[in-house]
Amino acid sequence: MTTSIYTPEMARLVDVEQMTELEKLFTIELPGGRDLGHEPGQFMMVSVLGVGEAPVSITSSPSRSNGSFELCVRRVGDVTNALHRSQPGDLVGVRGPFGHGFPIEKMRGKDLLFAPGGLGLAPLRSLINQVLDERGSFGRVIILYGAKRPQELLFRDELEEWVNSPDVDCRITVDRGDETWVGHVGVITTLFPDVSVNPRNTVAVTCGPPIMYRFVLMELLGKGIPETQIYLSLERRMKCGVGKCGHCQINSLYCCQDGPVFAYAQIKGFEEAM
Amino acid sequence: MSLMILDKGALASLVNALTADYRVVGPQAKGSQFAFGPITDPAQLRLDYNTTILPPKKVLQPPRERLATFTMQGEPRVEPVVETDPTVLLGVHTCDIHAIRLLDKVFSQEYPDAHYLTRREQTIIVGLECLEPCDEDSFCKSMGTLTADEGYDLHLTDLGPAYAVDVATEAGEQLLSRYSAAREAADSDVRRMNEVLSAKWPRFTYRLDFEAAELPALLSTAYDHPHWDELGERCLACGSCTNVCPTCYCFNVFDEVNMALTEGERRRRWDSCQLDEFARVAGGENFREARSARQRHRFMRKGKYIYEKFGDLGCVGCGRCIRTCVASISIVEGFNIIHSTAVGGSGQ
Repeated sequence: MTTSIYTPEMARLVDVEQMTELEKLFTIELPGGRDLGHEPGQFMMVSVLGVGEAPVSITSSPSRSNGSFELCVRRVGDVTNALHRSQPGDLVGVRGPFGHGFPIEKMRGKDLLFAPGGLGLAPLRSLINQVLDERGSFGRVIILYGAKRPQELLFRDELEEWVNSPDVDCRITVDRGDETWVGHVGVITTLFPDVSVNPRNTVAVTCGPPIMYRFVLMELLGKGIPETQIYLSLERRMKCGVGKCGHCQINSLYCCQDGPVFAYAQIKGFEEAM
Repeated sequence: MSLMILDKGALASLVNALTADYRVVGPQAKGSQFAFGPITDPAQLRLDYNTTILPPKKVLQPPRERLATFTMQGEPRVEPVVETDPTVLLGVHTCDIHAIRLLDKVFSQEYPDAHYLTRREQTIIVGLECLEPCDEDSFCKSMGTLTADEGYDLHLTDLGPAYAVDVATEAGEQLLSRYSAAREAADSDVRRMNEVLSAKWPRFTYRLDFEAAELPALLSTAYDHPHWDELGERCLACGSCTNVCPTCYCFNVFDEVNMALTEGERRRRWDSCQLDEFARVAGGENFREARSARQRHRFMRKGKYIYEKFGDLGCVGCGRCIRTCVASISIVEGFNIIHSTAVGGSGQ
C-alpha cells in the first residue's frame, strides 16, 4: 500500500464555535477517537480538499484531549476561509503534529510569564492549560494578553477564569477600547511596568503579530530575563511541514522542524527571524 | 566493482534494448542547446553534449507531479499517488551526479519522501565523465565536482573507440550484462583510461579565487555585504536560476479540481525562493520581501545553509544559473566579490 508523508488523514469536525468576527474554534476528532499525542506549541497541516493546505497551531492542551483537539483559525487566506465555511460533521484533512513545541520540562519549578498578542494566544493556550492542569509543578503564572479591540479577545470564558483565579495573575489590555470596555487600554507593552518578576527564575513565552516581538523582547530583557529563558512561537508560510518545501526557512533554520518554538538565544543571530 | 569496456558501435544496440524495458532518458539536441528527454531511438542520444537547459533532477523530481487524488463528493476521501516508471537515466555529467547525491539526502533524511525516493529507487543512473569544459560559465573544478566516485550505477569514460564502464552497483552490473556484450577491461584499457583522466584536468580552469570549502565560513561573515543590494537592483525575480539549478528542490503544493468540482488532484511543482510570494503568509507579511534578501538567501543556501544541514555544498558549479540569468548575475563572480571584499556581519 502506498503511503506518503504528504497525504492528509480525514478527520471529523465535531464542533465549530464562532469566537470573534474573524476567528473560529474547530474541535476535531481523529478516526477511532485516537489521541493526537501532541505537545504544546506544535502545529497541524490542515487541508480542505480542492482548496489546499495550511499550517495551524494546536490550541488545545494535551492534558485536555478527550479524544479530540482544537484549532483556533482566523479566516485570512483561501484554506482558512474554506475551513470557516465547514460545518460540524464535515471531514477535514489533517497531518501532524509537526515541529518542536515548548520545552515544558525546562519550565517546571519556574515562574512563567506568558505574553500573547492577538491570535498569538492560540498556541500559548495549549501550554497555559497544560500548566494550569499541573499547577503545583510551576511557580507563578503571569499572563499579559493584548488584543487590538475588545471584540477581538479570544477564549473569553477562559480569560475570565484566569483573571478570577488566585493561581493566575492575568492582565488584559486592548489597543483601543469602546464604550463597554472598562479594562486597561494600551498596547501589550503597557502591561509590563506594573509586573515584577524574579528574572533568573522566570521563563517567558510570547507569540503575536510580527511587529510585536521586538517590543515585547525589549520588555522581557529589560526585566532581566535571560535570553535562554525567553521562548517565541513564529509563523511562516509552509507547504510541507517536514523541512522540504523551503518556504518557512529562517536563514538556515526551518520553522516547521527547528521551530515553530524557538528560544530567543537560539534565533538572536538569525536576522530573518523577526 | 569492476571496469568493463563497451565498444561505441555497441552503444546503439544497448540503448535500443533498454528502450524495450525501461523509460530511457538522456541528453538530446533541443534547438542549439541540449535537454534531457525520452530516448526512443538511439540516434537521439547525444553523449557529446556540453550541458543541458534543465538538470536531470527533472527526472527524479518532475516540475509537476501528483501527490494524491481526492474526491470531494459525499464523504471526501484522499489517496496518495506515487508516480514512477522504471527509468534508465543516461549520460549524467559528474556535476549532476553530485547534485543527485544531495537530492537523495534531502528527500531521505528525517521524513522520507516516497514520491522522490520511489522514483529514485527505480532509476538506474549511467554517468558520463566530462573530458572538456561545457563552456566558460561552468566552474566544476572549483567545486570539486569534476569527477565522481559514487552516485551512479554505471559510469562511462570516453576512450575514443570505446567507453570504459565503471560498474558501481549490482543494478548496473545486471543491466550491463543483460543488455550488452561489454568485456572486462584489460590492463591496457586501464592505462588508457588513466591517461584520458589525467589529460582532462588541465583543460578545466579554477574560477573560484579561493577553496570552495571556505564558502560556509566566508558567507557567515557576509550577511551585510553590499553585494546583495547590488544583486537586488539587477535581479528581475524571475526564478530562472533556481529552476535550472540541479540542487534546488523547493516546491509548492496546490489542489486542482475537475469542472464538476467532484474530484481533484493534489500536485506539487517547483517553486522558487526568488519569487515575491515565496515567504509571504496569508495575513500579508512577507518574510523575505526585498530582492536583495532573496538573492542573498540563494547564495547562502548554495554556499552555507545546505552544507550545514546535509554536509555538502549546495552548488556543484554547473553554471546553469549563470547561463540562464537575463540580468547576468553570476554566482561564482558573486562568491569572488564577497571573498575579495569581506566586510563582516553575521546573519547565521
